Amino acid sequence: MKVKLHGTRGAYPTSSTNNQTYGGNTSCIEVINGKERIIVDAGTGILGIDFNTSYKSERIDILLTHLHMDHIQGLAFCKPLFNPNKEVHIWGPGGSPESLQTRLNRFLSPPLFPIALRDIPSKLSIQELPSTTFTIGNFVISAEYISHPGPTVGFRIQCGSKTVAYLPDHEPVIGKAHLFPEDDWVSGFNLAYQSDLLIHDSQYSKKEYMNKVGWGHSSLDIAAEFCSRTKAKHLLLFHHDPAHSDDERTQMFENFMRKVNYDFPIELAVQGDEIEV
Amino acid sequence: MPAHEIEIILSRQLADCLTVPVFIVDPEGTLIFYNEPAEEILGKKFQETGPMPIGDWGTLFFPQDEDGNDIPPEELPLVQTIQNKVPAHKTFWIKALNGKATKISVTSIPIIGRSKNFSGAMAIFWDNEVIG
Repeated sequence: MKVKLHGTRGAYPTSSTNNQTYGGNTSCIEVINGKERIIVDAGTGILGIDFNTSYKSERIDILLTHLHMDHIQGLAFCKPLFNPNKEVHIWGPGGSPESLQTRLNRFLSPPLFPIALRDIPSKLSIQELPSTTFTIGNFVISAEYISHPGPTVGFRIQCGSKTVAYLPDHEPVIGKAHLFPEDDWVSGFNLAYQSDLLIHDSQYSKKEYMNKVGWGHSSLDIAAEFCSRTKAKHLLLFHHDPAHSDDERTQMFENFMRKVNYDFPIELAVQGDEIEV
Repeated sequence: MPAHEIEIILSRQLADCLTVPVFIVDPEGTLIFYNEPAEEILGKKFQETGPMPIGDWGTLFFPQDEDGNDIPPEELPLVQTIQNKVPAHKTFWIKALNGKATKISVTSIPIIGRSKNFSGAMAIFWDNEVIG
């Protein structure tokens, strides 16, 4: 299994020259197993996917963690949606009095977008995520609600013996320096437990977080503590704040790494990277 | 052990920030969390006890009605909320650790999250002397 990072940025896309090291596109990854691929989140990173060569089959699956703009902004310009020969399955969280389709339609309709969702030419299937495990091809996927404002899920994607956990927007504990001591009181624990690769929110430094409590994001410190607690084997720090230059982000990461001594690899997610799991 | 549903975890986070006693139970009535003010009522610390079945916690604070009769666990608001999945409220007397009887009001609410599953209930104890 392989993970390709198409967008690692949080909040909004940036084209600044100061943000080219980690990339300017917002959240989108592809999980790849041979010819099978699923797309997770549809931030502007989805626009970097080469659908002509990578998606020969009719069917395309796009999983959404939630509907904040940085996770759906690329959907409106995603080429397969405008191809009548394509069958696009969009999976996203329910948990609202309005259906997923209605909520997506708020963005994919005038005045925010010229074409209404009902007029999109592809064969569109919009499915609210089940609370049970489901499969797409050989991928076995679990989705669970996690701590972030609005209906938000994280994903655990298993293929063969390997597992990737994806929690790009997650504040596992609100306003506290550490997670609760008991594992069963940790948001997202089931998703990340013993995963081979954990892709996790890490938008802030520890100091910054104290002024952003309840905004739904993690510090580097909490992300690493969460990885350690869940016994995940590799941490990829995700959802970089576009307000930081990449030099500042690198400095923040290096300062953090000097203070800690975890026994698993920790890296900053880089747009365009492919990670073998 | 699998983690609790997110709405239960967030209920604990809220309880952790409050100065009134808060109790959280799972759908079976097991007391799965109580905050520091609640520890003063139970005379036990959550870190020491961990979860407690209903038979253990239901009588710990000696609930009594106006006439001094013991109130059985099944008549406590939290237990009624677990049974009926609706809010419940009751005013009664409890005996604090120092032996002093205190008149309290208890309000309990069901916890039903986005998955629409009944995940448990939480109760807030209010000391009527404080507002009096």
